Amino acid sequence: MKFSMLPSVFVQMFKKPWTNKFPAKYAPANTTKFLADVGEGKAKLIPPIEVPPNFRGKIQYNKDKCIGCQLCIKVCPCEAIEFKPKEKKIKIYLARCCFCSQCNDICPVKCLSMSDEFLLADVDPYAKDLIVE
Amino acid sequence: MKQKTTTKTSYHIPVGPIHPALKEPVYFEFELDGEKIVDVDVKLGHVHRAVEWASRKRNPIQILYLAERICGICSYCHPAAFALAVEDAAEVQIPERAEYLRVIQGELERICSHLLWAGVAAHEIGFDTVLYLTWQVREKALDLTEFLTGNRVTKGIMMIGGIRRDITKDMLPKIQKDLEYFKQMYEKLGNVFLNDKTVKMRSQGAGILTEEDALKLCAVGPTTRASGVKKDVRVDTSYFAYGDLDLHCVTPADLTGKVNGDVYDRIVQRLLEVKQSIEMIEQCIDKMPSGDIVSEPKLAKLLAQLKKVNGEGVGRHEAPRGEVIHYVKLDGNDAPFTWKVRAPTYNNILPWIPMLKGNQIADIPIVAASTDPCMSCTNRVGIVKDGNKYELTKEQLHKLSVEKTRRLMK
Repeated sequence: MKFSMLPSVFVQMFKKPWTNKFPAKYAPANTTKFLADVGEGKAKLIPPIEVPPNFRGKIQYNKDKCIGCQLCIKVCPCEAIEFKPKEKKIKIYLARCCFCSQCNDICPVKCLSMSDEFLLADVDPYAKDLIVE
Repeated sequence: MKQKTTTKTSYHIPVGPIHPALKEPVYFEFELDGEKIVDVDVKLGHVHRAVEWASRKRNPIQILYLAERICGICSYCHPAAFALAVEDAAEVQIPERAEYLRVIQGELERICSHLLWAGVAAHEIGFDTVLYLTWQVREKALDLTEFLTGNRVTKGIMMIGGIRRDITKDMLPKIQKDLEYFKQMYEKLGNVFLNDKTVKMRSQGAGILTEEDALKLCAVGPTTRASGVKKDVRVDTSYFAYGDLDLHCVTPADLTGKVNGDVYDRIVQRLLEVKQSIEMIEQCIDKMPSGDIVSEPKLAKLLAQLKKVNGEGVGRHEAPRGEVIHYVKLDGNDAPFTWKVRAPTYNNILPWIPMLKGNQIADIPIVAASTDPCMSCTNRVGIVKDGNKYELTKEQLHKLSVEKTRRLMK
């Protein structure tokens, strides 16, 4: 068993790297500019690895279906959900959300669901993308 | 004290709290005679996070997610023990299928944790090739976890009275394929860890914990079983579906024929446990009955039920590192009256002292890592008064105790 490592070494030499080079092969100097270029079609984005089935991503909220029972507020472990008493609707702050989908389970009318979207990083916790209402 | 006649004295070396060889903050003070360790002192309390206090304003369902965040690696064990404690207090009956699903998740976590540990141990003795080889297998185990629960680390799968996600028939082929892969890699990794000269040289005879010391210091989990003490919550008290499964307490004697209680035995012990976990997942998949996965699907009703409960419960679960105990007292409010956690590393701290005594400085990382310590889970008590953080010495504690007795006698 002196050279038992060698087969693995040879296999590794001819294998492609496992890393998915997201979002581009080389890290862009200015990410915001790079994303703007992607939007205009100037640059190409290497897509992220696919999410597994039943992934818990950004929460989707169907406002019309909501009856304002506040049960989701009762079970949310991070207190990320706020009640708006005038409209009797809810407001979810994703910056605090821990993506446990407990609110989805308790909702009696199933107006909440989890999407596959997970690219939610932002410098401002109250950015428009991070508040669901 | 009598004046020492020789001028040759031992010297002290502090290691930690932040140190490249230790992954988590813990402070050691070693008394050394040349290269040899004469005495060890351990200080904890650098990562206290007030988790138990945070539970005072949350209901049991919210605490499940708080418990999950006590430890990243044992993110299933803590909610499991908490759910067992609440079920004990509220006398909730769990459907049989959920019991089996809980075992599958628990054993999968054990595989992930032991593989992670094996990689870290290899890294500590400077054998980084094995670190990458082990973590390659762990990556598969994490992928399987993600497939079953939706998350890689904080699984969010435990629920009071059952479990949140079922394993359907179309998921079985992937699980079986991965288990086959684990078995195949188990042979390969076993060969590397058990027969390699480098690993043997560093681990045999290092950090010995005798059976007597293991019993006396109440060590738990693989640390105590590697010293020959047959202590396993899964065997001793049958909870979940462990009673129905073919399970026995393994010790390194099953493979090597004798128990030394050194680091090598702890490596053997964990490898044997990984094999046992793979077998147990297979057994569960074969024997699993069909049926419900939660006792009360309507969570609002469950919360109302728990609010009425007046009583206390204890939950014990065999985490990858040993026995984890949760104590809960419910008193008819939304939040529990009290919640106490005892993580397995707490018991495995004192065994460090007999393990490290007599070893060399260079053995510190591997011996300390051999119990698979998890400091953040363990730190539970810190005293903050008037904005100052301080620790109490034995004398101060005694003085406080005497003062309290006098106060009560008035």
